[in-house]
Amino acid sequence: MQSFLQNIVNALQWGSFYALIAIGYSMVYGVLMLFNFAHGDVFMVGAYIGFFVSSGLLALAGTGAIALPPGVMLGLVLVLTIIISMFLNSLVGMLVERIGYRPLRGAPRASAAITGLMIGIILETGNLAIFGAQRLSFPALIESTTFQFLGVSITNKKILIVFVSILLTLALHQFIRRTKWGMAMRAMAFDFVVVPLMGISINKIALLTFAIGSALAAAAGILFGVAYPVLDPYMGILFGWKAFVAAILGGRGSILGAMLAGFLMAFIEIFSVMIFPSTMRDLIVFSVILIILTFRPHGFFGEPYSAQMRL
Amino acid sequence: MGIQTETVTPTKTGLREALKRFWKPYSRIPLLGWLVGALAAVLLELIVGNQFGRLLGMSKAPALLGLVIIMKSPLLIPSALAYVLVIYLLPVGIIARVGTSLANRAAAFLYQANTGLSAIIHLALFYAVLHLWSNLSDYRLLVVKLTLIAIIITLSLNVVNGYMGEFSCSHPGFLALGAYTASIFTIVLFVNENRFGDALLPPALGPFLFPIGLILGGIFAAVGALLVAIPSFRTRGDYLAIISLAFMFIVLSLFNNLEFVGGPRGLSNQPDYANLPTVFIWTVLAVWIINNFVRSTIGKALNAVRDGELAASTMTVDTRRTKMTAFLFSAFWAGIAGGLFAHIIRYINPGTFGIRKLAEVLAMVYLGGLNSVAGSIVGAVGFNLMGEALRPLEILKWIIIPVILILLMIFRPTGLIAFTELDPIALLKPKAMTNEGGDHVAA
Repeated sequence: MQSFLQNIVNALQWGSFYALIAIGYSMVYGVLMLFNFAHGDVFMVGAYIGFFVSSGLLALAGTGAIALPPGVMLGLVLVLTIIISMFLNSLVGMLVERIGYRPLRGAPRASAAITGLMIGIILETGNLAIFGAQRLSFPALIESTTFQFLGVSITNKKILIVFVSILLTLALHQFIRRTKWGMAMRAMAFDFVVVPLMGISINKIALLTFAIGSALAAAAGILFGVAYPVLDPYMGILFGWKAFVAAILGGRGSILGAMLAGFLMAFIEIFSVMIFPSTMRDLIVFSVILIILTFRPHGFFGEPYSAQMRL
Repeated sequence: MGIQTETVTPTKTGLREALKRFWKPYSRIPLLGWLVGALAAVLLELIVGNQFGRLLGMSKAPALLGLVIIMKSPLLIPSALAYVLVIYLLPVGIIARVGTSLANRAAAFLYQANTGLSAIIHLALFYAVLHLWSNLSDYRLLVVKLTLIAIIITLSLNVVNGYMGEFSCSHPGFLALGAYTASIFTIVLFVNENRFGDALLPPALGPFLFPIGLILGGIFAAVGALLVAIPSFRTRGDYLAIISLAFMFIVLSLFNNLEFVGGPRGLSNQPDYANLPTVFIWTVLAVWIINNFVRSTIGKALNAVRDGELAASTMTVDTRRTKMTAFLFSAFWAGIAGGLFAHIIRYINPGTFGIRKLAEVLAMVYLGGLNSVAGSIVGAVGFNLMGEALRPLEILKWIIIPVILILLMIFRPTGLIAFTELDPIALLKPKAMTNEGGDHVAA
């Protein structure tokens, strides 16, 4: 029972990463009907940006220019790191859209998938070429405290990660539901042939979509760095593919669907490791997904769409 | 033809026109003439290649048409160019040009006598060229073999991704299934080693039974493809892409967990059965059969399913059978290619068939062009040569190749040669002998 509860807590934490990345996939897929295969590597770039921003901020704090109690200082650094990195990474995402996807509007979708894959490889290799093969270790931004609750140990990091990811998801959901920009995105997802005729620029909406997705990926990267402080250039690959599968499982363009599917993915992983040897994890996860998609081919919250509906 | 364009656009008398006039006599050379010329060139290289290379300041004959040298030591580019000109271009050009009428007559004679015989003679000549060329270094041999296999892989993926219009990501999985099956077959039967014990059959039989192992690999891959083909009845497009991706991960994870094939450590000690003739024959078979397949009724049915499944089914196309056939056929050839690959490298592990492999295979297909056999061949050869040429750059190679592919996708979104049909018989035909003046022939 205790290990069961403990695994739930772990799965919630692990699922937060998947959820935040999956939302980026899901939004691009919903609005532009494209798979942004570079997104896993945008997550990796986000983590690296977070590393440099937080290191810089810590160095700045270390000079003693601003006198604050150490706890407050660390908290401030964390918040600033998240905000600045989200902003910087959204620029990266917009660059990816501008270079890799905008020239291909109207081209076959598979071509865009290839450019996405290739941009991903460029990001990985570029990182490897610049920083070498050594792994960077993320600075500790939170002093870890462990709470015991019903025999389950919960660290404050885990609470923070789950809290921030759910907060960001709900904020995004509200943004999509209530603002004019969100409405434009929903309209674009509904029909991208007619909507541009109504004076909504598809390029602006596409940039916005990529910006938001990449900002969330940066948040995921920083949270990942907080929990597992080792960064390497290839960390985005498997994360990216699994989050991608989660996004599809959630249904086209459904933010909450992508989040729930991300958590589901983590739950399947953690509990399959609890029962079977850990090397079987991918086998079980993907088998379950194969079965789900065989019986529910459009994901949980997605609507069936016609094959003609392509950009 | 040439005179017509001249009169229509008299202003266009630049380099292009000069090139056209230069190329004109060469356009009448049949394939047979080119092959004989190439044979002469590789013979020449075999005899004087190394000496000539040393004369030009290189340590020996450049390994890959001078492509590698361009990146490795740029100072040698002029001598590499000179080498290519003297050893390859001049002999090929002169012999093909001089022998034009003879080659045309021979090609016409063979074509009328027996088309099959003509095809075999062409292939034999081509094999001789490849064999002699790759004789010079082991590196060349390896590159030739891997390129031939890449052709099989690209063609088989094009059946599903190009002709049927799905985005299948499962090909590395099929490759892995074929590679492991064929490896287990040959290692169990013909190799004395620790994991599977002594050889069950005399190793002398091995090369003769090797095709059975390959076909078994193909069949296993095809059986695995059922897992992707059956869901494809209900879903298409993006969701099928995910299913095929999941399939690939499942296969890799399976081999990672199967201890008797070495798990993540992989499987080695495959016997050296995949020599050049074997690989060449399998590649020719694959090109021939796949080309016939896509030009047959069922190939047209594939296109019909791609362009409109509902419309196709009202036109009496059995869409389920068509999809099933395409997936199994494609997976079968991928399995064969995997088996050959395992016996060339002679070591496989699950990591060989990962996401990187998927990106490579997809890149080859979309580089060459969808729905086109010629495109697949061009894509596979081009991608492999590009990869070898950029190898000296080490890590930067994986920045330059993606950049090239992105530019290609932006400027030619469907690939180099897309949506064409390849008629092998037309290749064997002699080129029409125009009158010797050659200018006033109606098209």
